[in-house]
Amino acid sequence: MKPPAFQYLRPNTVSEALDMLAAAGEDAKILAGGQSLVPMLNFRLLKPSALIDINRIGELDFISESETGLRIGALTRHRVTQTSPLIAKHFPVLTAAMDHVAHLAIRNRGTIGGSLSHADPAAELPLLMTLLDAKIRLASRNGSRELSPAEFFQGSLMTALEEGEILTEVELPYLPANTRWGFEEFAQRSGDFAIVAAAVTATLSGEKCDACRIAVIGGEMPIRVPEAEDALAGIVPTAEHIKTAATIASEAAEWNEDLHASRDFRKQLVQTLVARALTAALSPSRPVH
Amino acid sequence: MLLSDFLRETLRMTGTHVGCEHGVCGACTIIADGHSIRSCLMFAVQADGLSLQTVEGLGKVSDLHPLQESFREHHALQCGFCTPGMLMTGVDFLDKHPNATDEEIREGLSGNICRCTGYEHIVAAVRSAAARKRETIR
Ligand SMILES: Cc1cc2nc3c(=O)[nH]c(=O)nc-3n(C[C@H](O)[C@H](O)[C@H](O)COP(=O)(O)OP(=O)(O)OC[C@H]3O[C@@H](n4cnc5c(N)ncnc54)[C@H](O)[C@@H]3O)c2cc1C
Ligand code: FES
Ligand code: FES
Repeated sequence: MKPPAFQYLRPNTVSEALDMLAAAGEDAKILAGGQSLVPMLNFRLLKPSALIDINRIGELDFISESETGLRIGALTRHRVTQTSPLIAKHFPVLTAAMDHVAHLAIRNRGTIGGSLSHADPAAELPLLMTLLDAKIRLASRNGSRELSPAEFFQGSLMTALEEGEILTEVELPYLPANTRWGFEEFAQRSGDFAIVAAAVTATLSGEKCDACRIAVIGGEMPIRVPEAEDALAGIVPTAEHIKTAATIASEAAEWNEDLHASRDFRKQLVQTLVARALTAALSPSRPVH
Repeated sequence: MLLSDFLRETLRMTGTHVGCEHGVCGACTIIADGHSIRSCLMFAVQADGLSLQTVEGLGKVSDLHPLQESFREHHALQCGFCTPGMLMTGVDFLDKHPNATDEEIREGLSGNICRCTGYEHIVAAVRSAAARKRETIR
């Protein structure tokens, strides 16, 4: 239960970090909050040659409004995301989801960049990025690029990050006016990873649903369910429509099976949680975002 | 070297306990720059320049911290293995949620495992320390 030996490097800027990452070669790892990486090191599941500690790179730690969306720096701690007034104003669904991410001391350290790069299939932040059409920005010594969640998340613990690349920030495009939301999670205990979670938004004119988004975790990676979204677009959804959309969602992926829950149980959970999240989003008592 | 090992083995400050070494049990929780953290998930070198508080800095036997006093009154410990982590988490939690409901207290302590007490008395201790803190402020 002790980490293997490694070289420890502590850059102060992104460009220093990228140089160190390039020089250290493929076995080097970025160390952000350490809340997923250090357990793996303590179990000796990984033996990186070098750890590049980005905790002192101030330029990665910010939340700011741009013209097109809200930008969140990779080093933003979960606690800051959970309590940010800017996030609560623009994306209350993200604030609600953060209450389910781990525990106080873990949230004090864990970062959004770390959670997305780690890509645990049961983690809430990848789900929310998928729901909110995040622009995920990566940088390397060769320049920078921007990926959609569908391009970035490639499977359980697998992402499009290439050797020498760092996730620097995400930008969440603002939601249209009159957008409501719902978030539902089933986990074994408070703060545990989700067995299944569903996050939705619905943009309304009057009672009509102009467009909605439905995102789910419970399989290999977070997914959107366009067929279920289409089933609600352009109509005044009734309980029957919601049930249909939830059924479509429950059939949209090969859900995981492990000692916590069987595939069939997860499928039923998807159906129930999507229905609840949609019902909450479409309820007139839910304030507009 | 893990910060938890540095505290216990190098500094010989054994108040901070170590249970799981992967962030799950909470026994090793300390406060760094005002926020509770897992000392088993940080390297000692990363703490360079930070201000750390362990249970040793909370109170003395002759002069207990109000939360420690409350733990004593409410019988919030039996074997005491989880206690340093419970206390340090509790201090940070009360700082951030001075008006916490019982449900919030339970959520706040959910990252700390206790094998003895069944948690009821720990929740009671935190609840009463919160009430006392509000009294003093008023
Ligand atoms: C007890 C416990 C319970 C938890 N419960 C939950 C939960 O319910 N939900 C949840 O979502 N998470 C949970 N977590 C995980 C937590 O959210 C982690 O903080 C998060 O997954 C990883 O973030 P980090 O900043 O700690 O990253 P690290 O652990 O430092 O890094 C994780 C991985 O990402 C890479 N990396 C980090 N930052 C970057 C970057 N900017 N660019 C490129 N690569 C990078 C690292 O090299 C490493 O491979 C839990 C953790 C623990 C210990
Ligand atoms: S020893 Fe650190 S959380 Fe268990
Ligand atoms: S008092 Fe024994 S583990 Fe909590």
